[in-house]
Amino acid sequence: MTRPSVPKPAGVAQPQVVTLRIDGRDVSARSDETILSVARQNRIDIPTLCYLDGLSGWGACRLCLVDIKGTPKLLPACVTLVREGMEVTTDSPRLQKYRRMVLELLFSERNHVCSVCVSNGKCELQAMAQRLGMTHVSLPYRYPRLEFDSSNDLFRMDHNRCILCTRCVRVCDEIEGAHTWDCRGRGIETRIISDLNEPWGESSTCTRCGKCVNVCPTGALSQKGTAVAEMTKRVTFLPYLTLMRNSDEP
Amino acid sequence: MNRNAKDKPAATKARVATIWLDGCSGCHMSFLDMDERLLALAEQIELVYSPLVDQKEFPPQVDVAIVEGAVATDEDIEKMRLVRSRTKVLIALGDCAVTGNVPSMRNSIPVEDVFDRAYRDNAQLQPQRPATNLPVLLERVRPVHEVVKVDVHIPGCPPPADAIFYIISELLAGRTPDVAAVTRFGK
Ligand code: SF4
Ligand code: FES
Repeated sequence: MTRPSVPKPAGVAQPQVVTLRIDGRDVSARSDETILSVARQNRIDIPTLCYLDGLSGWGACRLCLVDIKGTPKLLPACVTLVREGMEVTTDSPRLQKYRRMVLELLFSERNHVCSVCVSNGKCELQAMAQRLGMTHVSLPYRYPRLEFDSSNDLFRMDHNRCILCTRCVRVCDEIEGAHTWDCRGRGIETRIISDLNEPWGESSTCTRCGKCVNVCPTGALSQKGTAVAEMTKRVTFLPYLTLMRNSDEP
Repeated sequence: MNRNAKDKPAATKARVATIWLDGCSGCHMSFLDMDERLLALAEQIELVYSPLVDQKEFPPQVDVAIVEGAVATDEDIEKMRLVRSRTKVLIALGDCAVTGNVPSMRNSIPVEDVFDRAYRDNAQLQPQRPATNLPVLLERVRPVHEVVKVDVHIPGCPPPADAIFYIISELLAGRTPDVAAVTRFGK
């Protein structure tokens, strides 16, 4: 994929080849690649939720945190560029602990009732909990009262299930070019909104393409007419569309 | 179970209890879905308290207590404190016990409104709220581990019988089961 996942600062020189170590393995990479992309090219899988191949990196979920020798902070692999001589650890008891904590925060923040969710069995958040061995949430649940927007005739938005990954915002902006979705508010009060916080069904920019629904990792965005466990997302269009666009570029 | 009790001295069997709080009984049904494996299990355990047996008081010295359902009333809290004080290994079985699940969907609604909806708004004859001799609903439904310490969490709605059998067998054998390998939220 030639599309850089992180925008290059203006005036940066041609990318260079760097060598670094990931989990003790020597790897080489271009200096404009992210740790995540280099790790995956080398078949080292770092867990991610907000990242989606074909969209820009965002760094929203912090699940992809990695340990970099000499850096006290854990850094998100999806938005951190590689550097010469870097020593990256992608898995350790400490990282596992933090990743499980990230998941616990996501689960406790809104109302993810898997058993009655349209995406039950097909949800990336649910699958990640299982993969990382998170069998319960030790933090107190917040149980916020959240809205449900079913004003669109094809799709619906359930804020109870939204993890604010912004995949919908990015796909709508970067791929569809409509920029119907955006975020309002900050922190725990952040909400995904359509247009200027209007009902989705009244949006003048939405093309009803359904890309947002398909990239949404949870049951937050879904197709109408689906009941519990009936919503299947298809994201295969995304790498394909991105590839086609890049090949058009001179 | 009694027949087996004669075959082996009871002391070698693990004393197991099951408890039913705010849940649909689906987890108990899944427990029964172990089918013929229940016989194998009966060789190793003695069921000392359960909705499935006729025993009114939660007995002392329980080895394993399995809780289905969320904590929804003041009575549930008291019961769980008693269970915890008399139990070695406490298992939260199913999403209601582990997360609050469907019963907790009332948590974003004031409890008075929940009562109105159930007993006044939809009642055609004598709308009234039952008040006497009933446990008091908590303002918020809680997962079991928010009230007492839980040793093993088994998510699932309900957890599959295979998962229950595997986890209980591992625990009885003194091993730590890999719960996430066999079940998940909403399973
Ligand atoms: S609606 Fe879905 S895709 Fe959009 S931010 Fe929420 S979870 Fe992510
Ligand atoms: S995948 Fe990197 S922060 Fe979400």
